[in-house]
Amino acid sequence: MTATATAEAEAPAPTAKATHFGSRRLRREDPALLTGEARFVDDLHLPGALWLGVVRSTEAHAVIHGIDTDAALRIEGVTEVLTGADLAPLWGGAALPCAWPVTDDMHNPPHLPVAVGEAKYAGDAVAVVLATSRYAAADGAAAVAVDYEPKPAAIDLASAAEPDSPLVHESLGTNASYTWELTPDPDAVEKAFAEAEHVIEERFIQQRLIPAAMEPRGVAAVPSPAGGELTLYSATQIPHILKVMTAVTLGIGENKLRVVAPAVGGGFGSKLNVYAEEIICSALALRKGVPVRWTESRSEAALATIQGRGQVQDIALAADADGRVKAVKARLLADMGAYLQLVTPGIPLLGAFLYHGCYDIGHYSFVCTGVFTNKTPTDAYRGAGRPEATYAIERAMDSLAAATGLTPEEVRARNFISADAFPYTSCAGLIFDSGDYHAVLDRAMALADLDARRADQARRRAEQNPRQLGIGFSSYVEMCGLAPSRVLASLNYGAGGWEAATVRVLPTAKVQVVTGATPHGQGHETAWSMIVADRLGIDPDDVEVLHSDTAVSPTGMDTYGSRSLAVGGTAIYMATERVLDKARVIAAHRLEASPEDLEYVDGSFRVRGTPASSVAFGEIAFAAFTAHDLPDGVEPNLEAHATYDPPNFTFPNGTHVATVEVDTETGAVEVVDYAAVDDCGRQVNPLIVEGQIHGGILQGAAQALYEDAVYTDDGQLATASLVDYLVPSAAEAPRYRLDSHVSPSPTNPMGVKGIGEAGTIAATPAVINAIVDALRPLGVTDVEMPASPQTVWRAIETARGRGGAS
Amino acid sequence: MIPAAFDYEVADSAAHAVELLSRGGDEAKLLAGGHSLIPMMRYRLATPSVLVDVGRLDDLRYIERRNGAVAVGALTRHSELEHSGVLAEHCPLLAAVAAEVGDPAVRHRGTLGGTLAHADPASDLPAAVLALGGTLVARGPGGDREIAAADFFTGWFESALAPDEMLVEVRVPASTGGWNYQKFNRRAQDWAIVGVAVADGGSGVALVNMGSTPIRAAAVEQALADGATAADAAALAAEGLDPPADLNADADFRRHLARVLTRRALTAAGVP
Repeated sequence: MTATATAEAEAPAPTAKATHFGSRRLRREDPALLTGEARFVDDLHLPGALWLGVVRSTEAHAVIHGIDTDAALRIEGVTEVLTGADLAPLWGGAALPCAWPVTDDMHNPPHLPVAVGEAKYAGDAVAVVLATSRYAAADGAAAVAVDYEPKPAAIDLASAAEPDSPLVHESLGTNASYTWELTPDPDAVEKAFAEAEHVIEERFIQQRLIPAAMEPRGVAAVPSPAGGELTLYSATQIPHILKVMTAVTLGIGENKLRVVAPAVGGGFGSKLNVYAEEIICSALALRKGVPVRWTESRSEAALATIQGRGQVQDIALAADADGRVKAVKARLLADMGAYLQLVTPGIPLLGAFLYHGCYDIGHYSFVCTGVFTNKTPTDAYRGAGRPEATYAIERAMDSLAAATGLTPEEVRARNFISADAFPYTSCAGLIFDSGDYHAVLDRAMALADLDARRADQARRRAEQNPRQLGIGFSSYVEMCGLAPSRVLASLNYGAGGWEAATVRVLPTAKVQVVTGATPHGQGHETAWSMIVADRLGIDPDDVEVLHSDTAVSPTGMDTYGSRSLAVGGTAIYMATERVLDKARVIAAHRLEASPEDLEYVDGSFRVRGTPASSVAFGEIAFAAFTAHDLPDGVEPNLEAHATYDPPNFTFPNGTHVATVEVDTETGAVEVVDYAAVDDCGRQVNPLIVEGQIHGGILQGAAQALYEDAVYTDDGQLATASLVDYLVPSAAEAPRYRLDSHVSPSPTNPMGVKGIGEAGTIAATPAVINAIVDALRPLGVTDVEMPASPQTVWRAIETARGRGGAS
Repeated sequence: MIPAAFDYEVADSAAHAVELLSRGGDEAKLLAGGHSLIPMMRYRLATPSVLVDVGRLDDLRYIERRNGAVAVGALTRHSELEHSGVLAEHCPLLAAVAAEVGDPAVRHRGTLGGTLAHADPASDLPAAVLALGGTLVARGPGGDREIAAADFFTGWFESALAPDEMLVEVRVPASTGGWNYQKFNRRAQDWAIVGVAVADGGSGVALVNMGSTPIRAAAVEQALADGATAADAAALAAEGLDPPADLNADADFRRHLARVLTRRALTAAGVP
């Protein structure tokens, strides 16, 4: 990647002498992960622990008439079998938390950790087994016999929203959880559509996705019977939020609870939650006085961990004769699943402000209805709301291009927010920080070698080659750096969006950094050490980064929404500045100079104009420790804490160009080239940035081509194994070619934006647009996701009037 | 993902394995590479009471020329087929098909005898052995018997092997005429949605995942024998077949794929 800085002028440089910032430093996290030294929850050695086995409903919707535990109790090693009714007193009827009541009248039926009386989805916990080994727990769970009386189930999302649908929660009288609308000027929207030369109306289906993190979830709750404390180990992205929520749900003192996220093998949002097993293990460990642990199996994860996406999207564009968009309307049905998990209802709303994409359109209307179905709950999955929004607008823009006869790149260029418009107030009410979308598009076209590819495409079309070429564009902007606390308040979210950091200089000038942003594979330790090392003029290897244990890092808001660098990294930066400020005071005292007269160069403070008069950082660190000669009123330490609440989101953006080859005889699609130009602001470590983009693109392409959580009509998950749920491997990865554009964010001092989700957001529409581009001459205007060979072949056959029968 | 309880025995010879199988009855299963059986056990789709591990019988790992044929020991790993000089010279189709099985980890564990005895119609190597007109040697309490590949596969995951028999050898004729294998799948390591193996310029054509067993495309073979072109013969590839439907392909799409892939395989095998 050639990281070309084109707009470096505005924001302050990250440091006077950035030795590490911007360098491709290898990740310090990797040796432990690659050698197996990293310890995950399941690696914990906990003598005397009881293993939890969860009996899960085999029915999508059923009354539970009885639970026969006799056979399970006869299995050697099984110590106890507990039903939902048995367990209810442990949580006093309290429900698993939903922290985002998006409207005042939102329906949020109680969600017990173990169901009582009725199962609402296949996978719903209906009883638990405790056993002395994981094997006995599995045998015991398999031996529990549940007497189900199946009830009609609401499975298909669109059907569940109809008035005659079976109800997931009969007492509500509806499957609608809420309806949320953002239409600043309804009359203007209608006027724009009435006056439009071109109206584009499309319906897109966002299939459900199974997050499939490499490490499934795991929980181990370890009590201290003498003091009543509990340590909860969990494969979670959010130890800090989990601590508060567990304390509240179980009514135990937050001061008695410690949450540890050991090495965590990915999450993609699926571990941004408070799960039944975390509450069950905690409650039972406290009751039994011994550790209680559970490790999720892969097929269990498909049912018991949240799923992503799941939307029916209706999008309409009103455009003039020149293809300039004047208004956008988006109408969503969003699949909640059977219950609301931690942020389920808010996920579609993270895209609510972005259905106009990167375009300067004028008028806007968004309405989303959250719908209950008898399926696993949905929640955050990489991108969370923004991939869905980007997919809808980017697919619709290609339809507009086709309707107007413009190229996809031209219709985008005509509608982009222009570089001189930033900071730009959007029609949905956001203030976009910075960017140059035209420059990014131009660079992406060059990187994709667009002219040569179009020539190849034309050649294949002329010779009626069975392998047709398609070129697909996707331009995106996303909102990252979650989130300004006041904005969260306006959205009814139940917490703030700040992040905390401590920078602590030890007596020998080594540095401890404590972060509340909890990594689970991203490389925070490497990045944070680079930021601090640059500011202090020391080696990154002398900076230790502590995290993921509430006893070590008591405050934080954890990792999701591409927030870690823009919010957590900024907190690190601020705390480091405060350390430097204090060091300056101590240095001035030792040099008998005024602090304002000092400059900090190469790890030493010196008096401006008198370089010989200096004091090294190490001397100041030791002086702060001995406290033998500190200025009056200066406390004997060299550490600082900072909590940063961002004033605005950040707005990474980019243009991706996918080139696909479609075998029109078999429907097989191969991504033969993938060019991506991303603007994530300044980059601390381009190696980490590239890794995020590579993985993100593959994950986005996977939605386009492979992944689909398929439910049968009676609500059985047909893809509960990795044989049927097609997570792509390295062999399916396209050839990535990356470039970047740097427009520093003015929101934070380092000018950073975030890159964790960009690839996933951009790739899905790029790939589908490419397939449709390849097949448009055959009459194909849409291909459903995932674009499996059968789906593509049938789309071709249908367009040819053959319907695909043989 | 945790199997039901089972006993585990290690066989020190094929005869020992047969004896352990006889003792175990219907509930005993042979364990070779384990890459099909163990996942099924982890899903509790298979719950054998006894596993008889034959994976250490190294005397059944060989690939050798014998009387104009190639004899392969049943415990020979796919990776050994893939890289065999003997096969490269005398039966390149078998080596090429072995290279398409699963991924490198699977190919280093999985065995030819194991995949044949497992009799999964979606597996690659059974169709190759069928197209080649191979012969399978089974050892039982009463000694060895030969079973033609055409008679070996009897249904979904069912073969002509008796519960107390073990495959010990696979023989295929030396075959260097035009050959090809077309495997159609969505991810590199997946089973074939449909596969087509062509041996000896089209005298043997077998289909993967087009029914309850690997299937000889008899109509295609006959048409070629009667002088049909590759394209005309391939049009008959799905004739009379009732292929399965799953998430990847319904029956119609499978029939279509069989025709397209057969044409491609025949053309690549040099059939005009």
